[in-house]
Amino acid sequence: MLKIQNLHARVEDKPILKGVTLDVPAGEVHAIMGPNGAGKSTLSYVLSGRGGYEVTEGSASLNGDDLLALEPNERAAKGLFLSFQYPLEIPGVPALTFIRTALNAQRRARGEDEVAAPAFLKLAKEKAAALKIDFEMLKRGLNVGFSGGEKKRMEIFQMSMLSPKFLILDETDSGLDIDALKIVSEGVNALRSPERGMLVITHYQRLLDYIKPDKVHVLAAGRIVASGGPELALQLEAEGYDKYVAAA
Amino acid sequence: MSLASALKTGDLTALPSRRDEDWRWTDLRGLLRILPPPAPAHDGDIPAGPFVELTDAGTVFVNGRRVAGADVSKGVVALRFVALADKTSQAASHALVVKPGETLVLLESHEGRAGGYVSNVTLDIAVGEGASLERIILVEDDAEAINVVTAEIDLAPGATYAQTVLTSGARRQRIETRVNHPGAHAQVRLDGVYILGGQRHADQTTVVTHAGVDGVTSQLTKGVAADQARGVFQGRIVVAQGADQTDARMGHHALILSDKAEVDAKPELLIFADDVSCAHGNTIGALDDEAIFYARQRGIPEAEAKAMLTVAFVGEVVERIEHEGARAIAAAWVARKLGSPT
Repeated sequence: MLKIQNLHARVEDKPILKGVTLDVPAGEVHAIMGPNGAGKSTLSYVLSGRGGYEVTEGSASLNGDDLLALEPNERAAKGLFLSFQYPLEIPGVPALTFIRTALNAQRRARGEDEVAAPAFLKLAKEKAAALKIDFEMLKRGLNVGFSGGEKKRMEIFQMSMLSPKFLILDETDSGLDIDALKIVSEGVNALRSPERGMLVITHYQRLLDYIKPDKVHVLAAGRIVASGGPELALQLEAEGYDKYVAAA
Repeated sequence: MSLASALKTGDLTALPSRRDEDWRWTDLRGLLRILPPPAPAHDGDIPAGPFVELTDAGTVFVNGRRVAGADVSKGVVALRFVALADKTSQAASHALVVKPGETLVLLESHEGRAGGYVSNVTLDIAVGEGASLERIILVEDDAEAINVVTAEIDLAPGATYAQTVLTSGARRQRIETRVNHPGAHAQVRLDGVYILGGQRHADQTTVVTHAGVDGVTSQLTKGVAADQARGVFQGRIVVAQGADQTDARMGHHALILSDKAEVDAKPELLIFADDVSCAHGNTIGALDDEAIFYARQRGIPEAEAKAMLTVAFVGEVVERIEHEGARAIAAAWVARKLGSPT
């Protein structure tokens, strides 16, 4: 599924990723934990193709497709979805319009037929109900005036509508109270399947109580410095990142 | 100093130039070296106007001559200025009165169906006590045309006047609106949209003079300038001595989509009264790169993402149009101009 080999990337002249190697097979959820400044967000942005990052070495592929050679929207059409740490507000574009535009653009890129409005609305109503999203909210500008929790829920809603093959959750727990965290985690867990992979990026162990990872990796100073099972997250919670930062 | 007097007398020195403060971004004297000959009378069919499906009556000027129409001052009415002769000049003037208590929707179109013409339109509009006028002005000029549209609006107490200009510019173009606002619970909405490409130019100039207490003015203009286009917004609100409790807000916001495009804005509040609430906001910038990336990450190609965000930016003005049919036509016009599929 997702294969990252010796990935190096920099912002302007500053190297951030210094040789990340990672393999997330279909059906697995991997967590990436690490201290601030380790390169966690950079990794998610490089994989999704945001401007401002230069890959200097290494590769990243999804189901054999070279991600780094594709435009961000082409990566999305291949099934890559990045849930943003800070989802953007898009005034004047209703959430439903935005998602339908995205869904149909992806389908066009894959050579599939577009989804007609009635079928789309039916699906949106089902998915919104499952996430306890007021359908009226979907007719307003995307994320405009939403709380942090509402924005994250809208990210999960978009995921469930777009049905991507691989999810990257970038600090999805930030800014969430415990109730919102539960709803969001349930939404993510509902998307777990043998065909889908996930990379959960987080600073805190708390999120992993709700989204149980198969593997945990520690990213420090631009490299994966330790990998293990879910117990590694608990150990990090107890001991902190100091020893990895020192070692890196 | 006006295009109207130059067309009347043939005297090019009557044209406003960049030395006139109010015309410094819309120089006509430097551009017009020779006045083209007057447009001939048109005998033949007149193509349907953009609001044909919404209007039950209307007045039509072709090549500066009034060819059809009765004076109707209520309902939904078309007012058309059609240019059908290449490289000619034309001038038209028209007066319109909305009687006390009546409601009129005026769907005005300036239709450049010829090339390189010079056109001047002067309008006098009076809105009676308690009457309401919504005026939508769709301006589709030829890229080589010069067009000046000037309207003077007199409002009676308790009148409502709402205006939305939609323009794609011309070689040089000015849409000027002057509103004499009596206060006295009269309400004014003055909006505009300009969407400019190529070497087009559009100037939206407004002057609202609040003469009495308790007046409301709300203004929102949004524009998009691409290529080497130039947008001009001059908004002046004057609150005369004694016009207390005036509530006036002016906003102008523009997107510049290329390095060679230009937007010049001059918002002015001239306040001679006490106890007023007046504010203006003016921003000129580019599309938000983060928002574009967010849309692309969801699968929307870059060009489509930009068009979607630009339509949304301008859409705020379109949403303020009250007449539903006109709003739909305005929204479709915006989408077409911005090459958006929606």
